[in-house]
Amino acid sequence: MDLARYILRRAILSAFVVVGVTFLVFVVAQVVPSDPAALYAGPRPTAEQIEKARVTLNLDAPMPERFVRFAVSMASGDFGVSYKSRRLISQDLGVYLPATLELAIFSTLLALLIGIPAGVAAAARRGSWTDRLGSLGSILAVAMPTFFFAMLLQMVFASWLGLLPLSGRLSREISVSDPLTFVTGFNLIDALIAGRPQVFLDALWHLILPALTLAAYPAGIAMRLTRSAMIEILSRRHITAARAMGLSERRILYGHALRNAVGPALTMIGLSFAFALTGSVLVEIIFAWPGLGRYVSESILSKDFPVIAACTLVVTVCYVLMNLVIDLTQAMVDPRVALT
Amino acid sequence: MILLEIKALSVTFPTATGAVQAVRSVDLQIEKGAIHGLIGESGCGKTMTGMALLGLLPKGAQVAAEVFRFDGMDLATQAAYLRGKRIALISQDPAAALNPVLTIGRQMDDVLRTHRTQPKAARQAVAVELLAATGLADPVELLNRYPHQLSGGMQQRVVIAQALATGADFLIADEPTTALDVTVGAQVLALLRKLVSERGLTVLMITHDMDVVAAVCDRATVLYAGLSVEEGPARAIMGRPHHPFSAALLAALPDAVPRGHKLAAIEGRIPSPTQAITGCAFAPRCPSCLPVCPDTPPPVRGNSDHRWACHLDKGAR
Ligand SMILES: Nc1ncnc2c1ncn2[C@@H]1O[C@H](COP(=O)(O)OP(=O)(O)OP(=O)(O)O)[C@@H](O)[C@H]1O
Ligand SMILES: [Mg+2]
Repeated sequence: MDLARYILRRAILSAFVVVGVTFLVFVVAQVVPSDPAALYAGPRPTAEQIEKARVTLNLDAPMPERFVRFAVSMASGDFGVSYKSRRLISQDLGVYLPATLELAIFSTLLALLIGIPAGVAAAARRGSWTDRLGSLGSILAVAMPTFFFAMLLQMVFASWLGLLPLSGRLSREISVSDPLTFVTGFNLIDALIAGRPQVFLDALWHLILPALTLAAYPAGIAMRLTRSAMIEILSRRHITAARAMGLSERRILYGHALRNAVGPALTMIGLSFAFALTGSVLVEIIFAWPGLGRYVSESILSKDFPVIAACTLVVTVCYVLMNLVIDLTQAMVDPRVALT
Repeated sequence: MILLEIKALSVTFPTATGAVQAVRSVDLQIEKGAIHGLIGESGCGKTMTGMALLGLLPKGAQVAAEVFRFDGMDLATQAAYLRGKRIALISQDPAAALNPVLTIGRQMDDVLRTHRTQPKAARQAVAVELLAATGLADPVELLNRYPHQLSGGMQQRVVIAQALATGADFLIADEPTTALDVTVGAQVLALLRKLVSERGLTVLMITHDMDVVAAVCDRATVLYAGLSVEEGPARAIMGRPHHPFSAALLAALPDAVPRGHKLAAIEGRIPSPTQAITGCAFAPRCPSCLPVCPDTPPPVRGNSDHRWACHLDKGAR
């Protein structure tokens, strides 16, 4: 019961965040010192062309009306047309968003699966070589610049060992000569839908290096957070009590202590997921990954405001949803969360 | 039959500023089926003695003993094996002893599946039965609750049910009633007494409260500064304590003092665990201290049923 009320409360709060960001995006559009009509009208427009664009874009209507129109069209998935390319933004997003989400979700899973067990192992054998190696690894993962780590991975796993592909989302043989039917835009899922296991594996191999690169930072921090939280929890009385009842060390670590200790790491990894949505420009460039980060940065450079607005809102919604998922996970892991 | 036999148990923590002697020399002999009290002031090494039996001392602790036997097995090597199988712990603060993020059912089941190979449904039935055996009403509903939704008395009953779930026959109860109301504490003691006679358990009852010894213990050992100073039948120690420290503990009980009189708290403090003790540890605080006491270790007097370590040949008073 507490849980249901808690989720409802969080959901309402999230809705407010989305509306607030929509408003902010709209306001920013009003103060940006470039004229959207001039941009829309194309290169070297005449005054007449600009005026025509102003009418098409409905820029003369009163502000409140324009905000409502703006919000309604955003909500219905109609993000308008890119000033620059004149393409439908929803169409572009349909390609870039799944690519980015696939990468962000996969790297978040990697960060969870590497960072948290490493933190547990280090805390369980505090002061041992495992602990020292883990700590060193986490410092490296956090401190190493993304581009350097990416290139290091490419050099070792693609160039030297030849185990994994250098870049791209699929091998050329597949993407050019026998492309995957577009269903969700997630290659892993589309390959399964199409019943093509070798394409699934190909997509997976392409995912590993960029995902590892993106996972390094959150995994490193999650490892530190898990380690220190675990050390604190392992000194608690209920852990001694569990040992006195003869419970195995594994069950104590993962079944009892981690549940109390995993909160900060989960929060951190959730935040880094949101960051990965648009903050992964470098990774997308290095691994030739056609994602949202590149799309946004290009539109920023060309002041393509509708694209910026659409991306901002999409990312906000993803972020808010992710936060809901994390809050829910926290509340299920630790029942006291729902009470506060 | 003697279940637990300990002679000259010591627990030492080497530190930069010298060795901390948490336990200096403790002797215990506990008959199967008995409730044996271990009584002493705060910091005298009661908990550390219990933890040594479980093999759960903090890191860095050094344990030594002349005899350290449980049911014919050497505790020095077998403690980890016996823990949870034959020996279980009921600790002081039940709120802290239960994991706050796991349901009661899950915590019971974790213990059960560690010790039994039964399908889940059968284990759940056992959990319900054990919770009911500790006097908890509505045990089925309780399985889905979290510790913070229970009162202290209920939490302690859950901890006792967990200890029973291990299948252990020797329970270390470390001040099981200190965190509870007096009436609730009395109920928990009565429950333990009942379980001991029904299930043939043996209990080491750690306490700083002579009332607890009086209420449930068959025999008791009095600890002072990590040393056993008196051991005997609970009734004999309560009726006629022979060691001056035991007498002082008894005199400190509220109802031992007539109304309106000042409570006879024991003057002075327990020696620091880093301090070396040459004579009798209690000498500086002893009301009947003799000239020999501070420098000469006291002789052990009495018989095998009731003995104490004191220079006074007639005992206290
Ligand atoms: N990890 C440790 N390192 C050094 N000394 C310790 C450590 N743990 C406990 N001690 C010392 O051991 C001594 C005995 O502690 P113990 O907890 O057994 O006392 P106790 O009789 O149970 O007291 P209380 O009634 O307060 O529970 C104390 O003086 C304490 O300072
Ligand atoms: Mg204690």
